Amino acid sequence: MNTSDLALRITAMASYEGQLLVCQPIPGVDEVLQITVQDYEELPAFVSITDSQILCITNLFLEAEVNPSVRGLLLEEMLELNIPMPLSSFAKLDDRFVIFGSMSIDSSIENICHEIITLTENAVEAIDTLQDYLLPLSNGGS
Amino acid sequence: MSLLKDIVEAVRGGANGVAEFLSEKSGIQALEIEIQTVAADLLKAREDLTEAIAKHMHSSREISVLKMDIKQREQQARQALEQKDEALALQIAESIAELDADLEEQEQVNTIFSGHVARLRTLVSKTERQVKDYERQLEMVKTTESIQKASEAISSNYASSNSKMMSARDSLEKIKQRQQRSLDIMEAEQELLAATGEKTLEERLEQAGIPESRASAHAVLNRLKADK
Repeated sequence: MNTSDLALRITAMASYEGQLLVCQPIPGVDEVLQITVQDYEELPAFVSITDSQILCITNLFLEAEVNPSVRGLLLEEMLELNIPMPLSSFAKLDDRFVIFGSMSIDSSIENICHEIITLTENAVEAIDTLQDYLLPLSNGGS
Repeated sequence: MSLLKDIVEAVRGGANGVAEFLSEKSGIQALEIEIQTVAADLLKAREDLTEAIAKHMHSSREISVLKMDIKQREQQARQALEQKDEALALQIAESIAELDADLEEQEQVNTIFSGHVARLRTLVSKTERQVKDYERQLEMVKTTESIQKASEAISSNYASSNSKMMSARDSLEKIKQRQQRSLDIMEAEQELLAATGEKTLEERLEQAGIPESRASAHAVLNRLKADK
């Protein structure tokens, strides 16, 4: 299976668990597929496929958004939340804090959809929980 | 060797660091070659093991045949002695001595082969573990490569979209607003339904003890009577 197979299969399903999943290829990058859960379009999941696993990554916040004076506490809280959070884990990619889930390449399409929806919901919940460690909006990222 | 440590260092070096790492000795191609070599070793070790097991089994069979032959000859020798045929008994004894020598030799061979089998079994399982280990390492490297691509894709995606990546707080705010809106709409729809819906009429009829279907049946009957 590659990302275009996955996009076709998800698009054919239209919706899963009452959620609409929208697949968008990323121009110039065949290996990665952007999947958005309706109602959460600000937090897309980026899905890539290797020989043995399917990786789903969602952006949380940039290093620049973190309040430097409580950075250590933030990292500790992320570690503590890692196990209770279902199916997803915290990670860091370059200057980006992310949440991710990895699944076996043999996973069913239903499981993949469930994973992506859970990942997105976890991302919202995580940002909500961790926002006290971020800089206030006026100084923030955008 | 610690592949994880190498990966961490490569990732710290950013995209270039990862690209360099992937092309290096610990990179994908090198690991794939390594796996091929070890897999070939494994195949050879398995063949050797099969052969050693076969030889060991063969020598075990030889031993039991020799032991049976010796027993038989001993029986014959005892019978010859009972018949006081000293010359025949001696001849049989000589043949037993030969068989004894064969047996001893065969038992030595058997011990050697059983040692071979044990050593080759260990080698096979060790090599199998090594193949698994290399495959796990290869998966780590491939995943690192895949993450790098995903990371670049995320960056380029945000760079190409007209707006800059939204801050986490902004995203959260938008999502919460949308959720609140759909909750409001749902509530409004329910209120509207409660105020004007047919449900209210049904509920009122039922409250008044007038089952709707029977009421309309009466109406039909009255109409029919009136038509006559």
